[in-house]
Amino acid sequence: MTMKKTILATTALTVSAGLAFAEAHGNMADSMTLVSWGGAYQASQQKAYVEPYLAANEGVSATWDESSNEAVAKLRAMNEAGNVTWDLVDVVASDAIRLCDEGLAMEYDPDELLADAPDGTKASDDFGDLIVSDCFIPQIVYSTTFGYRTDMVGDTPPTDVCAVFDTEAYPGKRSLEKRPINNMEWALICDGVAKEDVYDVLETEEGQDRAFAKLDTIKDDVIWWSAGADTPQLLADGEVVMGSTYNGRLFSVIEEQDQPVAMLWDAQVFDLDGWIIPAGLPEDRLARVKDFVKFATDTQRLADQAKYISYGPARQSSAPLVGQHAELGIDMGPHMPTDPANATNTFLYNYEWWADYRDDLDAKFQAWLAQ
Amino acid sequence: MSDATAATHQETDAQGRLLAADGTPLKRSLARALRRQKLRALALIAPLLIFILVTFIAPIADMLFRSVENEIVADTLPRTVVALKEWEYASGEAPGEPVYAALARDMTIAAEYKEHTRLGSRLNYETTGISSLFRKSGRGVEDIGEFYQDQFEDLNEAWEEPETWARIFGSDAWLDAQAEEGAEATFSLRDGVAEAFPNTAEIYAAFAEFAQTEDEDNPFEEDPWPLAYAMLYEDLSGGAGVQGYSGPEADLLQEAAAAVGGFESQSYKAAFIDIDDDWADIEVWGTIKAYSPRFTSGYFLNSVDLQLTPEGIERQDEDQRIYGLLFKRTMFMSLVITISCILLAYPVAFLLANLPMRISNLLMILVLLPFWTSLLVRTSAWKVLLQQQGVINDVLVWIGLVDDANRLIMINNQFGTIVAMTHILLPFMILPMYSVMQTIPPSYVRAAKSLGATNWTAFWRVYFPQSVPGIGAGSILVFILAIGYYITPALVGGTTGTFISNRIAYHISSSLNWGLGAALGAILLAAVLILYWAYDKIVGIDNVKLG
Repeated sequence: MTMKKTILATTALTVSAGLAFAEAHGNMADSMTLVSWGGAYQASQQKAYVEPYLAANEGVSATWDESSNEAVAKLRAMNEAGNVTWDLVDVVASDAIRLCDEGLAMEYDPDELLADAPDGTKASDDFGDLIVSDCFIPQIVYSTTFGYRTDMVGDTPPTDVCAVFDTEAYPGKRSLEKRPINNMEWALICDGVAKEDVYDVLETEEGQDRAFAKLDTIKDDVIWWSAGADTPQLLADGEVVMGSTYNGRLFSVIEEQDQPVAMLWDAQVFDLDGWIIPAGLPEDRLARVKDFVKFATDTQRLADQAKYISYGPARQSSAPLVGQHAELGIDMGPHMPTDPANATNTFLYNYEWWADYRDDLDAKFQAWLAQ
Repeated sequence: MSDATAATHQETDAQGRLLAADGTPLKRSLARALRRQKLRALALIAPLLIFILVTFIAPIADMLFRSVENEIVADTLPRTVVALKEWEYASGEAPGEPVYAALARDMTIAAEYKEHTRLGSRLNYETTGISSLFRKSGRGVEDIGEFYQDQFEDLNEAWEEPETWARIFGSDAWLDAQAEEGAEATFSLRDGVAEAFPNTAEIYAAFAEFAQTEDEDNPFEEDPWPLAYAMLYEDLSGGAGVQGYSGPEADLLQEAAAAVGGFESQSYKAAFIDIDDDWADIEVWGTIKAYSPRFTSGYFLNSVDLQLTPEGIERQDEDQRIYGLLFKRTMFMSLVITISCILLAYPVAFLLANLPMRISNLLMILVLLPFWTSLLVRTSAWKVLLQQQGVINDVLVWIGLVDDANRLIMINNQFGTIVAMTHILLPFMILPMYSVMQTIPPSYVRAAKSLGATNWTAFWRVYFPQSVPGIGAGSILVFILAIGYYITPALVGGTTGTFISNRIAYHISSSLNWGLGAALGAILLAAVLILYWAYDKIVGIDNVKLG
């Protein structure tokens, strides 16, 4: 008798618990495929919000696909094949704009999808201008900037981005990214164009020639990189005296690997990285992704991410919460590209402009390189 | 005995043809037997054949087809493309009002389906600035309809109600059905309404289809696109059939028809130029027209440094010519890599084939070990060796051969690519050579020597000719692999050591210009096939042996 009662009670409990669970979680898929860049950045995402999310949601699993580099092409191919296997994709802002343009990313309403700041500020205000596309869910602000070898620049370390073009004062090789974006802007700035006029000048044939002419002056001294890890390696090996790369990569060379390298924050170019949700996800997967994104982009989670990597959280409300590095125990604030001391002279990369001129200038740039 | 009898007593038919035992002509019976045999053979290889067709040939063909396919323009802007037929780029003036009117319809529909930006990025490959023009126009196109919407709504508030529209344009059957089933009921136009208000009916039907298929909404409850008001203005001011119309809301339409004469009107052309000045630019229109056919030679022209402009085929601007150079460089460097592989592999293969088994096995492992090592590891290893602060330079400076200030530049240029790729592709040369050399009997060389040949003559006249098939096989393998390589050139090639495949990879994964990538790939494939054919003519493919 008691046995039977126990079984009944247990069954009842299990069923009601199951029902409650189903009610609370609606129809959510219990697995997600997240796409990111691999390396330290993906690790920071894993620790800051994927692990806490999985801990809070038992039975859910997350799989990483390190394909962000080719996300646009792969997503387009998946879309054409009618089988999108990704649930959430980490891309830079310019790729998000293209995915949105191609109809491959889902448009969303920030105030509905994303959590409010703790003080009640709406997400759309908290993220502000950083939502550069209707499909783009910002996570971090990073910058492309220069690092230099402290032991190779003599007694006067560079303070100005134009040191890159000054081979007399700073002899040796430099590394620059093998694409026109950023390089053209720096060339013009160092050729005397005011920051706010850069894109107006670059729009004209003469302006482009001017930028190429400036780059010509250092062409023989440049090693062109295409992977983010190249410049850190070249700096560590002493192959180059200075080189451009993402600020997080330089942080790890300087602080984690203790190389004689320093940051040249001058004229750093801000860029954004964030999530997009692929268009046309089935409802259960979409529900799961929405639930995850709301959690992963809230104020605390974005601030937590800065413990693992020196990229600035995209929410204004996260900035005051940025603390110390999880392992090194150093204050992360001064290493953020957005820190006032580092951001005295910054340059904002114009996404819309590059969406137009990218094809044309890239062809010119590659032809110029090949000459 | 019995055979001979059978032969002499062979049956023949009326025409004197030989017959088989069952009476059918022998020829036909033989053909049938052979056919059956062939079918059986085909059935045996069918699984493999189908597998290769489906997983290899079909995707490649599909990808190559993209190099000429260009349906996106005609699919996204169908009305505009037709209207543009009348217009000539040579006229030097922007097209007339009908083209802009067609564009308003196409752009509205494309923007609702979010297809306009995709077309924008397609056309941006040809003319810079179209990408943002289309993005902007997709956002601004609603203004065109809202201009009239406000006037209709000022005239009578009934025009604000979605139901007004639904009752005029929806058939009675649909109106009844949607009341019960909601969005499930498939929309259909009222009889006669398409004749009375042709433009409006067309756009409203497109709206209803969009609402049902994309948003899964009931058109009865949804505001129509603002453009519908512009269409209605057009229909009513054109005096079309409001008299003959007697369906629901006839009074409302009569009232509007009487009032439209007093409406403020706006030309589509002015409206578009208001959205963006570029719509007055004939370059934009010239590009749309030049790329409106469903198939285009544009991608192939681009891949040989030409371009399809509104005025015909022109050479690419000098500062954008790159593909000719890259094709030549790819061919040249692949050839250099193949030759250096031959020179390095021949002695190794010779040793492998002629040393005692124990030693040659050890050597073989040394050949195979790098073959099994990751490509990236091997390429990075070359970086460590060749860079200016690298091992080789350090040693040279230490010995004193090279001055510390003038270290050799051996990487991020053609030299680096050739060294790294020669090393990576070497096993593909050694292995076929080795397997051919193994089959050359040593007695031949001994015989030549015993007949008085010197070592060199014995090698050159007797041994070498027999090893040529191995060289041929290895060269084809190495050359074809080299021509399509892109990881190693990307990592160690710098600016002068990159291949055409690096551009193909860029267009496939980064610029998303798949058409151009496909055209470049097709040319590369054609080049390989031509070289293969030439090789067959000159050396003979029968001479190639993999073992």
